[in-house]
Amino acid sequence: MSTCPQYIVDYMHEYLDGDISREHEQQLKKHLQVCSDCRQHMQELSDTIAFVKSAAHITAPPHFEDKVMQRLPKGKNRVGIQKWFRRHPIIVAAAVFLLFMSATMLSNYPSDEFSVTTQPNLIVDGQTVIVPAGEVVKGDIVVKNGDLIIEGEVDGDVTVINGQYMASTSVVTGQIEEIDQVFEWLWFEMKDMANDFMALFKE
Amino acid sequence: MDALVNKRIKQVLKGDQNAFSDIVSLYQHKLYQICYRMLGNKQEAEDIAQEAFVRAYINLHSFDQKRKFSTWLYRIATNLCIDRIRKKKPDYYLDAEVAGTEGLNMYSQIASSEQLPEETVQQMELQERIQYEISRLPDKYRSVIVLKYMEELSLQEISEILDMPLGTVKTRIHRGREALRKQLNNL
Repeated sequence: MSTCPQYIVDYMHEYLDGDISREHEQQLKKHLQVCSDCRQHMQELSDTIAFVKSAAHITAPPHFEDKVMQRLPKGKNRVGIQKWFRRHPIIVAAAVFLLFMSATMLSNYPSDEFSVTTQPNLIVDGQTVIVPAGEVVKGDIVVKNGDLIIEGEVDGDVTVINGQYMASTSVVTGQIEEIDQVFEWLWFEMKDMANDFMALFKE
Repeated sequence: MDALVNKRIKQVLKGDQNAFSDIVSLYQHKLYQICYRMLGNKQEAEDIAQEAFVRAYINLHSFDQKRKFSTWLYRIATNLCIDRIRKKKPDYYLDAEVAGTEGLNMYSQIASSEQLPEETVQQMELQERIQYEISRLPDKYRSVIVLKYMEELSLQEISEILDMPLGTVKTRIHRGREALRKQLNNL
């Protein structure tokens, strides 16, 4: 057989794969008629295939299906949440918006640094801001992380954040607010924002 | 059958886990058979076949329903089998001494996985012999021979399952046939 060309063996495989051309098939048949070695090779290949094909069909062991079902991941929450997200895009958008909103507000939340609105006739003594008796402050006063004592007059709103507001005989023409909690602070910010918003329309 | 499978797939994707049991029931025998022929061991075959179904379930959303489900499923299974075969390399040293013995190493504990003596092979039953000859094939030939002659899949399908060009599949089948022929002739 060693004298036979390699392409004869290639044709055998093409034949076995069922995609041999008519031309090759005729060449192969002609060759097999004259060459007993190749005939034997061909026969062995066919026997090999028959041998493998005689393998019995194997079935899965009993309860295979149940075992697979038990192995499936139970917690489908992940999928559930994804699905919920996909079904309620507006709620998701609103939630994301709120998240960013509150993040901005909280970043505005006063740190423990002391600050006060600069007004010409205020007296600052450490962390205490005093409106001296007999003086009139024109404009709003905001004190953060400090106390405010009013002995004189304020012609505007007064806001004290994280501090105490002390006034006995004072005159404040605007509103007085004392804020010392996060929620109140948020509420204040929101009202403030709403007021600004309304102001836009008023103008 | 494809229509039924696609219907079940849609149900599973909607969250109905029980619909998956029909899919398992339809393909369990074929999938188990591929794994058993590839691995030659019942426990491993069961484990890998189950794992293949679990992976199919988890990744079902990535299955393109315009394609054939069985091809996709077999691909998961053959990949897992090939991984398992590669990982089978011993994770302990055979020449390490066995604890509590003197001069006994692991070589004396295992049956040789190399060729069995001729007489033993000739006494095997046909089915046993088939599996033995298949398991002696190098795994790249084993997978194509199993898919072609035991699952009776088309060359095109095999090329999709194994993710290799049709030409490569043909070459491997040709070589696999020759290798098997030589194995059978040596006896």
